[in-house]
Amino acid sequence: MNSPLLNVSELSLCSPGGILCEPVSLSLNAGERLAILGKNGTGKSTLLHTLCGLQPVTAGTVSFEGRDLRQLSGQQTARLCGMLFQHEAEPMPATVYEVVMLGRLPHARQWHWESRQDHDIVQQSLKLLNLSSLATRDIHTLSGGERQRVAIAAVLAQQPRIFMLDEPSNHLDIAFQIQALNLLCERVSQDNTALIMATHDINLAARFCTHVLLLNGKGGYRFGETESVLDSATLSDAFECRVDMIVTPERRLFFPA
Amino acid sequence: MTPMYPPGVKRHMYLITALIMLSVVSLLVAVGTGSVTLSMTELWQAVRQPDGNASSLIVWDIRIPRALAAFLCGGLLALSGVVMQVLLRNPLADPYILGISGGAAVGALIAITLGAAALWMTQAALAGAMFSVLLVFGLAARSRHWSSTRLLLTGVVVSAGWGALINILLTTSTANTVQSMLFWLMGDLSQSRPTLWHLLILISGLAILLSQARHLNALSRGDLSAAALGVNVARLKLILYFSAALMTATAVTVAGSVGFVGLVVPHMLRLLGARDHRWLIPGSLFLGGSFLVLADTLARTIVAPQQLPVGVLTALIGVPLFLVILHRGYRQETS
Repeated sequence: MNSPLLNVSELSLCSPGGILCEPVSLSLNAGERLAILGKNGTGKSTLLHTLCGLQPVTAGTVSFEGRDLRQLSGQQTARLCGMLFQHEAEPMPATVYEVVMLGRLPHARQWHWESRQDHDIVQQSLKLLNLSSLATRDIHTLSGGERQRVAIAAVLAQQPRIFMLDEPSNHLDIAFQIQALNLLCERVSQDNTALIMATHDINLAARFCTHVLLLNGKGGYRFGETESVLDSATLSDAFECRVDMIVTPERRLFFPA
Repeated sequence: MTPMYPPGVKRHMYLITALIMLSVVSLLVAVGTGSVTLSMTELWQAVRQPDGNASSLIVWDIRIPRALAAFLCGGLLALSGVVMQVLLRNPLADPYILGISGGAAVGALIAITLGAAALWMTQAALAGAMFSVLLVFGLAARSRHWSSTRLLLTGVVVSAGWGALINILLTTSTANTVQSMLFWLMGDLSQSRPTLWHLLILISGLAILLSQARHLNALSRGDLSAAALGVNVARLKLILYFSAALMTATAVTVAGSVGFVGLVVPHMLRLLGARDHRWLIPGSLFLGGSFLVLADTLARTIVAPQQLPVGVLTALIGVPLFLVILHRGYRQETS
């Protein structure tokens, strides 16, 4: 049997303030999409950062197709995991095209210039996020939503095996939220990759993800298929706020009461 | 309409070619001008036959070494400026921001106060610069995550400390030592002689930075973003810090603290469109070099036979030039 694309076993989540959660175990196969839900400060970003090697694994193991994260080089990890950050500082000038091209860095060889293929991939990513006309603009001149689309285009250009998205819907209007996540999910099923997103939008998670990891902030977590984890009682408990649900013909909708 | 991708490779080639031509022209101008006027034929004779007559002595012993020293120094400062701006992720950073020039100046001024010979002054400056480099690094990088902010604050505070020491040395010195101290502090190329070492440091600095150029592009987007793209950020920062420090220290020992080159040259090139470090790095070397060569040529000619410290001229030329480019860049961005 093949190893799952991502396997996490007994992983500790620590912040400078202490332990965030009991050791986490989960696994994700190709084609699956995982949402990480939970209140502020429960460790959603910490988990994402740990999974893509930005924070050391202190206890437990993270492995990609059976290969331990700690054995992988930075470049190997960057080919596997494409990280979209929640907020990025942009102090130095750069054009949209240059920022998206940085997504190709994990695939670059020392002293090599970008290939024709790299340029094609960047142009295609720009086109998918309606950014082609902004390619030569300095990123400082863009709105928050446009910058978020640039960041999504860059992570698409990175062509990782697992997309790791921290608040992918940040700054996006509802039309672009749906467009961007549709795009990412299509990419996941097309290329047989996977996606993990930390989000505060329960409905986006319910709509786009096959699995949910719910951190309850009291040291516990629930992991499972979306239908089995998301219900109003569990969510109310995790968010310490009454969450109601209505069922429409298409989907279930959650909202704070 | 033809697509404009890949953007700018041709434009960048033109820019670099123009900068190389500018470098050659600036060096020729520097060798060709001076208080003794030489005609083109005399100049050519002097260059071709270094036979010890007056004009060949002027060319080979005075003008060429000084022009080369200016070029090396300007190149080193501009390269170091590029690195510091990325390392500290701060557009206001210049090669001296972490206290290297302060340390070098204190070393040199102590040597002047003690009446040491010129050679010892250079050694003392180098020792002061290196001490400052290690001091700032030791204070800022003790924790595993040495953030840009921490490095910047440490450097600025250490610089302030050097500033106080410099003022003490200045106020307690006699009038004629103050004169040579001021020249040191403002940057002056009149005593500079380039050596093979300086050239070696420039070339190896260039090679190291070029090998890291794409990683520099990633690092200018932030530590975390760079790390997520597979860059070994801790190692890269270490390489950048020490290569910039060595280049700055070398430049300071050649010419004192020549200001402005390291701050504005990288920005000028960015505003001219060279934001990718694979172009920005060589571009800075050529523009920084020729900028300082031209500034020094003016410094020794405009009030001839008297000479101005070149540091004054770099600011006098640099400020208006930079403001014009900034204004143009701003107009392009908003249109």
